[in-house]
Amino acid sequence: MRDLSLHILDIVQNSIKAKATEISIILKHEDISSLGKNILKLIITDNGTGMEYELLNRVEDPFMTTRTSRKVGLGIPLLKESALKCDGEFKLSSQKDAGTEITAAFPIDHIDRLPVGDVGETMITLISSNPEIRFMLFLEGEKGSFGLDTREVAESLKGVIITEYTVINWLKEYIDDGIKNIFGGVLNEVNC
Amino acid sequence: MKSIAELDEIRRKTLEQISLRSNENGLRVIVGMATCGIAAGARPVMKAFMEEISKRKLQNITVFMTGCIGACRLEPIVDIIDSEGNKTTYVKMTAEKAERVVLEHIVNGKVCSELTIGAEESKK
Repeated sequence: MRDLSLHILDIVQNSIKAKATEISIILKHEDISSLGKNILKLIITDNGTGMEYELLNRVEDPFMTTRTSRKVGLGIPLLKESALKCDGEFKLSSQKDAGTEITAAFPIDHIDRLPVGDVGETMITLISSNPEIRFMLFLEGEKGSFGLDTREVAESLKGVIITEYTVINWLKEYIDDGIKNIFGGVLNEVNC
Repeated sequence: MKSIAELDEIRRKTLEQISLRSNENGLRVIVGMATCGIAAGARPVMKAFMEEISKRKLQNITVFMTGCIGACRLEPIVDIIDSEGNKTTYVKMTAEKAERVVLEHIVNGKVCSELTIGAEESKK
């Protein structure tokens, strides 16, 4: 994957497959210079079916997949690889019937850290194909925070579905604005 | 900065347009969006379809995603299913090819044969 936004698009497919109705995506810039820490954290949480302990231990293996069309499943291994190759961290926790949480931490200044990418495009791709799922996007950085909750959007739209192109287009601009305001300057790489 | 309040205006405008639409059975555009598709560039393809369809004000067309179809080496793959259930599978798609498919296949009803899975497989 070329950037984080593509990883997000990929990992969220797992949540959708796990019949999640609420999926939250958090991108957080944590600058704790005193501890020598300057990291970008990605946390994806869903309320899907979750995994049993035995399955949880196997999902990081590329030769494990739930699909029947082929024998490999690379979504999780690729994200783990992206995090570990820049000395970051990867954590996966899940409980049967209680959802799953994936955390990946990327040291911002590491030369091999992936760029953030076009998070707006990832979000509209997900939202337009899965209007019934509640997506929450939360960005946090030194400059403040930004939040988007598709349930809130759907409520303000009474009568108009969220997949209308004008709405999707507005969402894209809204998220792009958020990324620029929160991460522009700090990461200084919006949409690259 | 944009605010959620702007949605009210969008809602009003959209409601005016919706009343003009018919409800006939539409055409479906399905983009493969699993790890293989995403890595091969399915996201820009899906965006190109959404943009082009909206630009041409085409009605009753839904664009959505699906998982892996099993032919990862041919990704990005796009299936177009018309109102009668006829399926056309386009392979190795790009945003440019998506524009062409919208114009030739969806608007003019002529399948772009050389972009289909059949054409790709017979090359061997």
